[in-house]
Amino acid sequence: MSENTRKFKNPVINWIEYRLPIFSFIDDSVGSNYPSPRNLNYWWNFGSLAGVTLVVMIATGIFLAMNYTPHVDMAFDSVERIMRDVNYGWLMRYVHMNGGTMFFIAVYIHIFRGMYYGSYKEPRELLWIIGIVIFLAMMATAFVGYVLPWGQMSFWGATVITNLFSVIPFFGDSIVQWLWGGFSVDNPTLNRFFSFHFLLPFVIFALVFLHLWALHEHKSNNPTGVEIKGDADVIPFHPYYTAKDAFGLGVFLIFFLGFTFFAPNFFGEPENYIRANPLVTPAEIVPEWYFLPYYAILRAVPDNFIDAWGILPVIITAKEAGVILMFASIIALAFLPWLDSSKVRSAKYRPIYKQLFWVFVADTFVLGYIGAHPAEGHFLLIGRIATAYYFFHLLILLPLLGRFEKTRPLPESISASVTNASSEEGQ
Amino acid sequence: MGKIFIAAGLALGLSFGVFASDASASSGKAAPSQEWTFDGVFGNFDRAQLKRGYQVYQEVCAACHSLSQIYYRNLSEIGFTEDEVKKIAAEFEVPRGPDDEGETHEDGEQIMRAAKPFDKLVQPYANEQAARAANNGALPPDLSLVTKARKGGANYLHALLTGFADAPEGFKMQDGMSYNVYFPGAQIAMAPPIDDDAVEYADGTKASKDQISRDVAAFLTWTAEPELEDRKRIGIKVLIFLIIFTAMLYAVKRRVWAKLH
Repeated sequence: MSENTRKFKNPVINWIEYRLPIFSFIDDSVGSNYPSPRNLNYWWNFGSLAGVTLVVMIATGIFLAMNYTPHVDMAFDSVERIMRDVNYGWLMRYVHMNGGTMFFIAVYIHIFRGMYYGSYKEPRELLWIIGIVIFLAMMATAFVGYVLPWGQMSFWGATVITNLFSVIPFFGDSIVQWLWGGFSVDNPTLNRFFSFHFLLPFVIFALVFLHLWALHEHKSNNPTGVEIKGDADVIPFHPYYTAKDAFGLGVFLIFFLGFTFFAPNFFGEPENYIRANPLVTPAEIVPEWYFLPYYAILRAVPDNFIDAWGILPVIITAKEAGVILMFASIIALAFLPWLDSSKVRSAKYRPIYKQLFWVFVADTFVLGYIGAHPAEGHFLLIGRIATAYYFFHLLILLPLLGRFEKTRPLPESISASVTNASSEEGQ
Repeated sequence: MGKIFIAAGLALGLSFGVFASDASASSGKAAPSQEWTFDGVFGNFDRAQLKRGYQVYQEVCAACHSLSQIYYRNLSEIGFTEDEVKKIAAEFEVPRGPDDEGETHEDGEQIMRAAKPFDKLVQPYANEQAARAANNGALPPDLSLVTKARKGGANYLHALLTGFADAPEGFKMQDGMSYNVYFPGAQIAMAPPIDDDAVEYADGTKASKDQISRDVAAFLTWTAEPELEDRKRIGIKVLIFLIIFTAMLYAVKRRVWAKLH
């Protein structure tokens, strides 16, 4: 037997382990042999919650795909057949529908947690960037998925969003036609969106694997933002964090299934229960709630903004600028590790950043609120200010703040912070 | 200080409603909330009410509105017996399929047969064009999902059906339209469909305008969400299980973590 093979009590497990060391792999990844900081609070639950939700989405999605028909004449009715005649089809669909919402809630909290505690900083930049790529893949998945029921919002949402690609210079129109598979959103569009919607979750799954791989290299960040220095700073993932994550999952499921069973359409748009009709435009085209902040940014650029500067000849229109800003708002997040110049990770020891963080959170809520309203009057004005602040925070405040902010003294180590302060968070 | 911002953020988000709907100028007046048997965690349909609602649909609404997601067999779910369902279905005719010689027409006429429980409810118009032609250009929407497809659901439907009035002075009405504040734009192509005693209920319930509107709104809630009772019944069991199980998981977590200190 190889010297390196780990010994377990069960001979069957030993037999397998010698040939395929999968049990030690599990133990090293999420088991008793994976050391985690001892002070992780409940905000650290949302990574595993997002992971579980992904699995739930794939599981329910498989069953839905067995009964769904991706054809413009049949898609809407096939979804209704799932709701009415397929055994527990309504349950699968409502779990899947609300699962999308829950996935975004979990991931948004997960992202904000990373921002609050500076989790993206060296040496976790790639971990963070992979996370942003996952987020982009989620948005793409959610968008194409929302088209599948072929309701009014499905159709018109698809029309609006695919049209955004027409702003790409030179190739824009060709790309849009290529996406559509024709000259408008139609049956070929629905077909390929179904195909993408089936493929992308597995891409996300693979990305999550990379995300975890990168995570395990340098281990989790923690509320102090101080790196692990010794054995006193860590506890084994199992049983401590498996127990904590399991409890968190219970609470999350109560929330998730509470909506699923008792208000399944709370997050949805009534208009999408009307069959898609290319000849009738809805009074207002509104995306799902999780896209609202970006929708607000998209519509924030004033028509005459670029002319008014008078410096550049008019090379882009307001629509183009809006699209660029919208994508930039997400891409900018990927650069956070370099935009944030502070050496100190955690907001706990950054008195000014801590406040600005919450202002930024509030700003995204304001953007979400604006995104749900028509772009006119004071909504538009507030949307523009909030959009400007979003970028001001990321591109101006964060780079400057690190230079001027007077940070609080950091604890010597994670264990020192735990034993010194009885007022620790969480646990 | 951080806490203040959390509170401010939440207050902003929730009170103004990132999620909440609001009444913008284009949508109609918000419908007042009514009491429904299917409200709440323990909500149930009132079978007698659904049967009355079906009667209203069939005698009033069905003249113009289809119910395309519903089969005659579904009516057994609201309290009709199997024989009653067969009898109801047999009152309608559907095109017959080809016979052994492949014939579907006789003397140029489509051959019809009596509808059976496995048939969908017969629609009032052959197609959209026919529906528009008969309704001054307007298309009476399919009602299968109407309570899910309108903000306010059954409340909206009840408000709309009882909310017809004379247009206020100076309000410019288009030809053939009716005034109704609950409809977006306050002009609706549907003439007031319901009056007191528009139907005569088999079960002797007094058929006031309010009662009729209420019954048909309940019936259309069932057509939109036939799973509602199952959903709530299972949901209660699931949540009770989860609450107990989560409490146990919390105890386990406490126990495990107690070793640390």
